[in-house]
Amino acid sequence: MSEPPRLQIESGRVVLSGDWTLASILPTLAVLAQQLDDAQKSCLDWDLGTITRLDSAAAVFLWRTWNESWPSKLLISDMHRHVILRVAETSLPNAVHGRWDFRRPLETLGAAVIGLFLMLRGLVVVYGQLLLDLGYLLRHPQEMPWKEVSATIYKAGAQALPVTALVGFLIGVTISYLSALQLRTFGADLFIVNILGIAIIRELGPVLVAVLVAGRSGSAMTAQIGVMRVTEEIDALAAMGISRSIRIVLPKMVALTIVLPLLVMWASSIALLGGMLSALLQLDISLGFFVDSLQRAVPVANLVIGLSKGLVFGFVIAWVACYFGLRVKPNTESLSANTTASVVTAITLVILVDAIFAIFTRNFGIPQL
Amino acid sequence: MTAPSIPVVEMRGLATRIGGRDIHRNLDLVVEKGQVVGLVGSSGSGKTTLLRQILGLLQPSEGQVRLFGQDVVTAGGEMRRNLLRRLGVLFQGGALFSALSVFDNIAFPLRELRRLDEDWIRRLVYLKLQMVELEPAHGKLMPAELSGGMVKRAALARALAMEPELLLLDEPTAGLDPERSRSFVALIRALKSELGLTVIMVTHDPETLAGLATHIAVLAGGRIETFGSQADVMAAEHPVVEAFRQGGKG
Ligand SMILES: Nc1ncnc2c1ncn2[C@@H]1O[C@H](COP(=O)(O)OP(=O)(O)OP(=O)(O)O)[C@@H](O)[C@H]1O
Ligand SMILES: [Mg+2]
Repeated sequence: MSEPPRLQIESGRVVLSGDWTLASILPTLAVLAQQLDDAQKSCLDWDLGTITRLDSAAAVFLWRTWNESWPSKLLISDMHRHVILRVAETSLPNAVHGRWDFRRPLETLGAAVIGLFLMLRGLVVVYGQLLLDLGYLLRHPQEMPWKEVSATIYKAGAQALPVTALVGFLIGVTISYLSALQLRTFGADLFIVNILGIAIIRELGPVLVAVLVAGRSGSAMTAQIGVMRVTEEIDALAAMGISRSIRIVLPKMVALTIVLPLLVMWASSIALLGGMLSALLQLDISLGFFVDSLQRAVPVANLVIGLSKGLVFGFVIAWVACYFGLRVKPNTESLSANTTASVVTAITLVILVDAIFAIFTRNFGIPQL
Repeated sequence: MTAPSIPVVEMRGLATRIGGRDIHRNLDLVVEKGQVVGLVGSSGSGKTTLLRQILGLLQPSEGQVRLFGQDVVTAGGEMRRNLLRRLGVLFQGGALFSALSVFDNIAFPLRELRRLDEDWIRRLVYLKLQMVELEPAHGKLMPAELSGGMVKRAALARALAMEPELLLLDEPTAGLDPERSRSFVALIRALKSELGLTVIMVTHDPETLAGLATHIAVLAGGRIETFGSQADVMAAEHPVVEAFRQGGKG
């Protein structure tokens, strides 16, 4: 049905005919461009009278060939002249070309530093708002969002039980197995209890659970708050006079702070169980003996430290997740960038806090022989 | 040109069933080249779903959808792509890419062709912006920074970017002020006479319908109950049409 675009030169005229549309010029674009250029150079008259269709893409094509001015002799129907006229009258803003500038890297560095300070400020703002909200809720306890808190406890806690158990168990078995190989060469079999007990209860359990929960629930929280921003749900809440921080941010932070120590307890127990089984098979240490010596080898301070770490980690993860969620701009790119940043920042902070814990609790819970 | 032309869109015995509910039942619609079909029907009657069928985004549970003579659903790969390149869509909610600026949204399908240079694309984008009465400066804005009506116009500009032969418009004038609605009507009319554009347009706006549609299809009870030229349908006795007649007078 559609005729291909044609260009003929006959008796001093350039005659264009056929369909000049984006779809029809694309297959022979290079050839047509060459032909048009040659025709333009030979300064002939243009005859566009027999063109059947001319769309704006092709009009731009012609207009560029003519170096953005009307040819002196041009035969064209009014309708098609109008199409080209529209192209001719388009106002093009000046293109801003990014030139390389020696200040650019400096600016990037500066922006990164300022970004870091803005992030710290933002985190403090979220924290301050939480304190204010808690103060408000103390005076108006009936407004406490119990439903949201318990929903988050279920989603971030109860549903995380299988995966934390599995990972904990495998880590327990692995550590026990590897340590047993070493300890046997020294004949220090019994110290497996000390190693497993302190390593898992004080260090591995909390960090492991925190990393899992940051990846599992931290990302989900950021994405949820982010999508609510993208779809203006947060504005809708605000328009109903409901505080977004009380209804969305606070329950997440409260729930995760409550639930993480419990998960730590659970994961550490399962990891110890894995370690015990491995020790039984490898070193012939009976379960009863293991449990008995665990009480002596691992002072209870370690448990307190482990659980308090869980408390702090849970708070940090939810804090970071909510901060990044609220920072999402209403577009998909920003959503994915902030979700990534949330998980990375949460895990980094968890490790950092863990190091700080290690320094300040160095005098507690290590049995002196 | 003498050969009987293939209908642009041809739906025969179409049935759509989503989540156990029948949206369309035994629906027939044939749209010929050069027609501007106004698709009317009450809210929730399945107009948007019908457009999704034409695009091949939904699988018909019965019947067939032919686009330019080819079955959209069974057409695979390259063929389907070429088919879809010939049409432009304006979604009801705009569906602009939220991570791209307005300029990049309009340039996106053109860049996908991988044949046009950046200067060409730039001219085309600013031309389309001008056609839909957006200012060049609006090109830099992100979709989230646009007003409701601006989203509609930017989405229309994107739909027009590929110089489509068939335009599917879902409520193109909802959210536009009366003057912009009228210039929209003028724009589509001009394109139609220049390029022989075919348009299927869902609308609730009597003025747009009266000003633009050559044909009207009334969707009710899951079928096209009435289809005919604007004058014929407007004269017919039908509750939906009646509502439009009264809207037009008021
Ligand atoms: N993805 C989906 N899942 C389930 N039901 C759907 C889905 N999409 C549409 N529907 C149902 O199909 C029916 C038709 O929807 P559709 O969006 O096509 O209506 P419409 O005619 O475009 O209405 P409006 O004029 O309000 O835009 C509605 O009842 C809707 O609930
Ligand atoms: Mg709809």
